Amino acid sequence: MHVLRRIVARPTGVFAAVVLGLLVVLAAVSLVWTPQDPFRADPFHQWEPPSPAHWFGTDASGRDIASYLLAGTRTTVVVAVGSGVIASLVGIVLTAVGSLTARWVREGTAVLLDILVAFPTLLTAMLLTAVAGGSLGVVVVSVGLSFGVTIARVARGEIRRIARSDYVTAARASGVGGAGVLFRHLVPNAAPLFTVQLSLAMATAVLAEAGLSYLGYGAGSDTASWGTMLADLQKYIGVHPWSATWPGAAIALVVAALSLLGDAVRDATDPRLTTSDRAVADRGAPPAGPSATVPGGSPAPETTPGVTA
Amino acid sequence: MTEILTGTGLHRTYRLPRRGPFEPGPLRTAVDGVDLSVRAGARLGVVGESGSGKSTLVRLLAGLEAPSAGTVSAGGRPVQASASARAMRWYRRETGVVFQDPYASLDPRMRVGRIVAEPLRALRVEGDHDALVASVLERVDLPADAAERYPHEFSGGQRQRIAIARAVVHGPRILFGDEPMSALDVVVRARVIDLFRSLTDDLGLTLVLVSHDIGVVQRLCDTVAVLSAGRVVEHGPVSLLDAPAHPVTRALVDAAPTLP
Amino acid sequence: MTVPTTPPPRPTAPLSDAGLEVRGLTVRTAGRTLLDDVSLTVPPGRRVGVIGASGSGKSVTALALMGLAPAGAEVRGSVRLDGTELVGLPERERARHRGAGIGMVFQEPGTALDPLRRVGAQIVEPLRLHRGLDRAAARAAARDLADAVGLPDPASLLRQYPHQLSGGQRQRICIAMAMAGEPRYLVADEPTTALDVTTEARILELFERLSDERGTGMLFVTHDLAVLARIADTAVVLDGGRVVESGAVRQLLDAPRHPATAALVDAARATARRTP
Repeated sequence: MHVLRRIVARPTGVFAAVVLGLLVVLAAVSLVWTPQDPFRADPFHQWEPPSPAHWFGTDASGRDIASYLLAGTRTTVVVAVGSGVIASLVGIVLTAVGSLTARWVREGTAVLLDILVAFPTLLTAMLLTAVAGGSLGVVVVSVGLSFGVTIARVARGEIRRIARSDYVTAARASGVGGAGVLFRHLVPNAAPLFTVQLSLAMATAVLAEAGLSYLGYGAGSDTASWGTMLADLQKYIGVHPWSATWPGAAIALVVAALSLLGDAVRDATDPRLTTSDRAVADRGAPPAGPSATVPGGSPAPETTPGVTA
Repeated sequence: MTEILTGTGLHRTYRLPRRGPFEPGPLRTAVDGVDLSVRAGARLGVVGESGSGKSTLVRLLAGLEAPSAGTVSAGGRPVQASASARAMRWYRRETGVVFQDPYASLDPRMRVGRIVAEPLRALRVEGDHDALVASVLERVDLPADAAERYPHEFSGGQRQRIAIARAVVHGPRILFGDEPMSALDVVVRARVIDLFRSLTDDLGLTLVLVSHDIGVVQRLCDTVAVLSAGRVVEHGPVSLLDAPAHPVTRALVDAAPTLP
Repeated sequence: MTVPTTPPPRPTAPLSDAGLEVRGLTVRTAGRTLLDDVSLTVPPGRRVGVIGASGSGKSVTALALMGLAPAGAEVRGSVRLDGTELVGLPERERARHRGAGIGMVFQEPGTALDPLRRVGAQIVEPLRLHRGLDRAAARAAARDLADAVGLPDPASLLRQYPHQLSGGQRQRICIAMAMAGEPRYLVADEPTTALDVTTEARILELFERLSDERGTGMLFVTHDLAVLARIADTAVVLDGGRVVESGAVRQLLDAPRHPATAALVDAARATARRTP
């Protein structure tokens, strides 16, 4: 697919693709194999330095850090994908309700979104934990809900802006009905913003899971989570500073990759960036040479901005 | 002489945002009681200063906005802009609209061929759409492969020609232009004027053209209506611009640049 | 924003060097030549036009003259402001000449103004910067300027925000800002193109009046010969980044020598108002 090719054409896209690809592969691998049992505590081998048996060494309980990190990839994938799915669904539904319904519904939704956005993700997680107990599912749902609301708030503004544009009016003048305008114009033009917001949501979800687990609201101790590991190891940061860098670096890499993926996908699907700016010659005219304009712009605009009405 | 398009008692008011929590927003009147009729085959120019309501009037006539009061009818049938797309299909078939800003009136994410074919698709026009699109793009002097390209690959004048192609591809009888020349530089403007003229002649179109540029109206129109503050202050053959009676018309004509 | 306590010294020059002289201005970027050996002169107090179709380089000329060429562009040649060479000056020195030596008016009054500041404050800023006035004196001077550019009721109008003014009024504010530093020359890049025809006529009259009353030289960039004929006596025609013809506007209209000029004249004749 040329989209994939365009994504890896830029260094940021390569970085995102490599890191996330690796994450998914490692998560799959961890289902069937880890160097050691990630949960086996071995009090006689605490704080061992890296060795052939323990590639990143062991932690305070003598667990193999490498195996734990590998097992943690599954959690990261579940959190990122799960939150992404929930955030998309919530976002799409709220955007639709906020843009396509009767005026009082739209305005009511706008106010509701503004209120919901003020709710901290942490608070939502705490409330859900109080109801349903702490678990990975709680983390995924609370993060998904929070970001779904944020996405909806941003996407709603974008849809309204697009709906006011001349090309949508032109579509109506051509006889296109509501559904046609929605799927042929509103959605494709709002998609780039949605994509970037979604990838940011997934990135922040991974961070949020780490934070929630750190605070004890997340996955229980029977699930390997980078956040829980970070929480455990940061207590020793004065004595064994290097141990906490492994989960910290893993989280940072994945978060960066997810953020950059959104940008890369958006750029890869924008026709303005994927096709040349070479001026198209008129029928019968010789091909136009490079136009004498500021570089990076489209061919010499023969227009001047519209008359102020 | 058949009247192809009639506007009766047209009013259009907007409510502006309210200034305090308890008072309703003030009303702004864009069109303040306009009666207008257009003969089949006529070329009507609607002129006026900024804010005179000329764009709003044409949007009412084109069925893009519903009047606050009054009616628009075409060939005897009422035009209800607030009705569904399906109910308005008959009118959309008869009309085409060209907008002012060639950079904003084409969806940047759609290929030109799809953009121009959109009326054919929405209005369920029979025939080979690809062939119709190719022939109309040729008619506006765009290259054969234009249909595969995206709008940003074209210059402003070319984009406006794409917009014109879209407005006529489905064989309408009335062509509306909302200041279609205003955003173009003078060399391109001259070309687009010629294109408008030849198209309306060849296709036998009725033309309703909004412009603040007297020169354009003198060249493309046979009748003119002068708007000021939402009302028609002068109406007649385009020759009236040579000897304007109303002070508003005179001010517009005097302001229009001439070459010594 | 620092306000100088004394106004910056105004560059003085012997009378024979007076004038805005551009010689061999060449602007290149990323392998493309935007301007190629452009030369023109604006005598003090006179109005000179730069005309060309889109893409001819006329806007680049105006911007390069002000030292506002696109980032990364390589500018060669000479721009002398009353004898002082501007090309190659470090940005700090260059900035002193902007506003005080040359004022600039851009095409889009809507975007040239800060939407979040009252228009009065936007005129006061260059007044304090270039004339070293204190706040009260600057406000009074702003009112005088607003009056000079034909704005009604300056005291209350200056308290408005840009979006509350019409396009013509906004452009007058931009002109007032450009004149605030009492520049000897004004560069206007298609200043009336975004305005409707009646407003355009009034703004052109304003330019004429300001230039006659204050002796401000003007460089006026446009694509429309009809507009040029009203404001300038002489003009330079650009095509493909080069000067292809120059001379009195009447002569360009009546007897164009270069095909680009002829194309502009034909287009203008094809679109200008017909007189009975």
